[in-house]
Amino acid sequence: MARLLVSPSPHFQSPQTTQVLMNDVLIALAPATLVSLLFYGWNALLLLAVCVATCLLCEFLIEKYLLGRKIPSISATIITAVLLALNLPPAAPWWIAVIGSIAAIGIAKMCFGGLGQNIFNPAIFGRVFLLVSFPVAMTSWAAPQGWLPIDAFSGATPLAQINEGLRQGIPASEIIAENGLSGWRAFFGAAGGSVGEVSALALLAGFVYLLVRRTIRPHIPVSILGTVVILTTIFWLVNPDKFTGPVFNLLSGGLLLGAIFMATDYVTSPMTTVGMIIYGVLIGLITVLIRYFGSYPEGVSFAILIANMTVPLLNKYCKPKRFAA
Amino acid sequence: MKNRTFTIGGVHPAEHKLAKDAPIEKFPIPAKVAISMAQHLGAPATPVVNKGDKVKVGQVIGTPTGFVSGFVHSSVSGTVTAVEPRADLAGNKVMHVCIDVEGDEFEQEIDCSDRIDREIKLSAEELLEKIKNAGIVGMGGATFPTHIKLAPPKDKKAEYLIINGSECEPYVTADDRLMREHPHEIVLGARIMARVLGVETVVLTVEENKPEAFEALSNATMRYVGFNVFRMKKKYPQGGEKQLIDAVTRRRVPSGGLPIDTGCVVQNVATAYAVYQAVQKNKPLIERVMTVTGQCLPEQKNYLVRIGTPLSAILDSVGGIPAESVKVVSGGPMMGKAVANLDATTQKGSSCLLVLTPEQTARTPEMVCIRCGRCTQACPMGLEPWLMNRLGRAGDTAALEENKIYDCIECGCCQFTCPSHIPLLDIVRTSKADVMKIIRSRAKK
Repeated sequence: MARLLVSPSPHFQSPQTTQVLMNDVLIALAPATLVSLLFYGWNALLLLAVCVATCLLCEFLIEKYLLGRKIPSISATIITAVLLALNLPPAAPWWIAVIGSIAAIGIAKMCFGGLGQNIFNPAIFGRVFLLVSFPVAMTSWAAPQGWLPIDAFSGATPLAQINEGLRQGIPASEIIAENGLSGWRAFFGAAGGSVGEVSALALLAGFVYLLVRRTIRPHIPVSILGTVVILTTIFWLVNPDKFTGPVFNLLSGGLLLGAIFMATDYVTSPMTTVGMIIYGVLIGLITVLIRYFGSYPEGVSFAILIANMTVPLLNKYCKPKRFAA
Repeated sequence: MKNRTFTIGGVHPAEHKLAKDAPIEKFPIPAKVAISMAQHLGAPATPVVNKGDKVKVGQVIGTPTGFVSGFVHSSVSGTVTAVEPRADLAGNKVMHVCIDVEGDEFEQEIDCSDRIDREIKLSAEELLEKIKNAGIVGMGGATFPTHIKLAPPKDKKAEYLIINGSECEPYVTADDRLMREHPHEIVLGARIMARVLGVETVVLTVEENKPEAFEALSNATMRYVGFNVFRMKKKYPQGGEKQLIDAVTRRRVPSGGLPIDTGCVVQNVATAYAVYQAVQKNKPLIERVMTVTGQCLPEQKNYLVRIGTPLSAILDSVGGIPAESVKVVSGGPMMGKAVANLDATTQKGSSCLLVLTPEQTARTPEMVCIRCGRCTQACPMGLEPWLMNRLGRAGDTAALEENKIYDCIECGCCQFTCPSHIPLLDIVRTSKADVMKIIRSRAKK
């Protein structure tokens, strides 16, 4: 007679496993990664490869020799590596990628106990670690020649150009016109900046994929982008010479990359709908404040790191709507 | 009109309604039956027959012990061979009356014809007495004695009678078939219960994946004032009592409260059918429709099975279970119980016999929590299973109580949806039992 299996209910499980979720994020990152390779060529590929290899090796060694485990999710580690690579300047030297990867995995992720335990998004932590450690290398935007027969985009990022121009007292609209910094250029792929910021369209394609697959919920990205649009519109209407407009802000810098892929990291974002919205608004607010009034031209990374710190509190105080009063 | 549903949480498991096109068949009467005295919530019935007694179909063999209890009737005719404790479906040792079947002789007053008897002659009190004497219990699975639900306390007034045909559990099709094949009987059963309760408004609910059942009930209710058939969205656990009341009336059963606190009484469609049989045909609850299904079975069936039929007899009729080890579940895959012993027999609450292969049901190794929040989004009671998991493993009963663990309805949405395969419900169940024990001991003081 057959042996009967006995266990408590439920007796079957959703096919959407952690492995599937993580692979879906990687698939969603593919368009942005491919476009960035087309634009920036061999060096971008080198950075990507170095990040993936270093992150995996770093996590493997710590898991094996310090914790005595296996890497719980290789895909999750690769996501961190890809995001970090997309956050580097296209001409960055390879050793920067190594240091950034060690900071991301070794400090931000593994010091807290590995997957599921970290407070800060590892990739963002790695980027900010590099930004404050190597300010020159991390903000030199000389772009290498890519695989497309078009000119590479050298010079400062649009946000940096604006920041610099405004400091010299030139109106924002003039700087934009002078440097040809239209929103549409950024949309299809031509904005100077870090590797992954090259095409808003590719990032949005990834976003749509994540929503269709129900990998992420739209609340965090939508509240970040909504906050940025509303705030920048108000500032822009008050003084268009001093402040850049909503379209420009939406499509420039790492806003889309951060809002879609970094702020939605499960481990470091809140669990309830209300918490997600507060978290998103907070990121949008800090981003705009840093961009307009801070000394750094770009604020998304800092905004997400700061918001990461509020997550335990948000989880504690933003309870889900209970069924029974 | 938009399909209705409940407001918080829920999941969408794959339907697997494999047996939905199999008409209800009478399952042959087995050679031996064993009828449990604990087929209802509450105290087990007291056996009133002895070894060697001759019994007829429909004869009382167990009488209620206390207030929350119920009658049990013989489902076959023959000789009582034993009155002894045996393992039931859930593995509990309870008193069973074992009968060797001889012929199929019904008690005289029972009407076995298919003629539909529409005229309800009795008063509310007489109807209630008849329902009680027929041993009718909630047939959706909870098996709460129906006559108690139909007699709310004096200070509570029922406004709505909700007849639950949601059947949101995957695989199960027993209610679907019953609604398609016997809509008039179900509606008459609902009319009887409405009269007992004195309610004007009756709502029958059917999920959108059962269009034939919706059509059948809509036609059957056409002539009755105050009867509505609601088409519901397909979402689990729609058939949960609290969720269904929310979906139909937007009223919420308070924490620790009863459905009647919202003015609603919920009864399953199979219960309504049984009430009709009891009142109009004098037929006590001695049989029920049961789905026999599973991808690994050669045939998918909906059987009308006598209560007390051994599971092995039912499984043999569909070619036996596959040789490799399997899980046999009594009920649906979300809330059903895995059966340890195929000699166990069917009960009043047995809606389905589901056979799953190890591949379909094996528990994959647990991974770390990635804090994705899916369990919290899925919980229909608005709880935080991830937090319960953490607090439960730490044994922090005070914090568990603060986070309303006692509201958990054990629907399994959290564990179903967890991508890291954390056994959330296992933890919540044991923690909830601990917390309830503390709450009860406090109440005693």
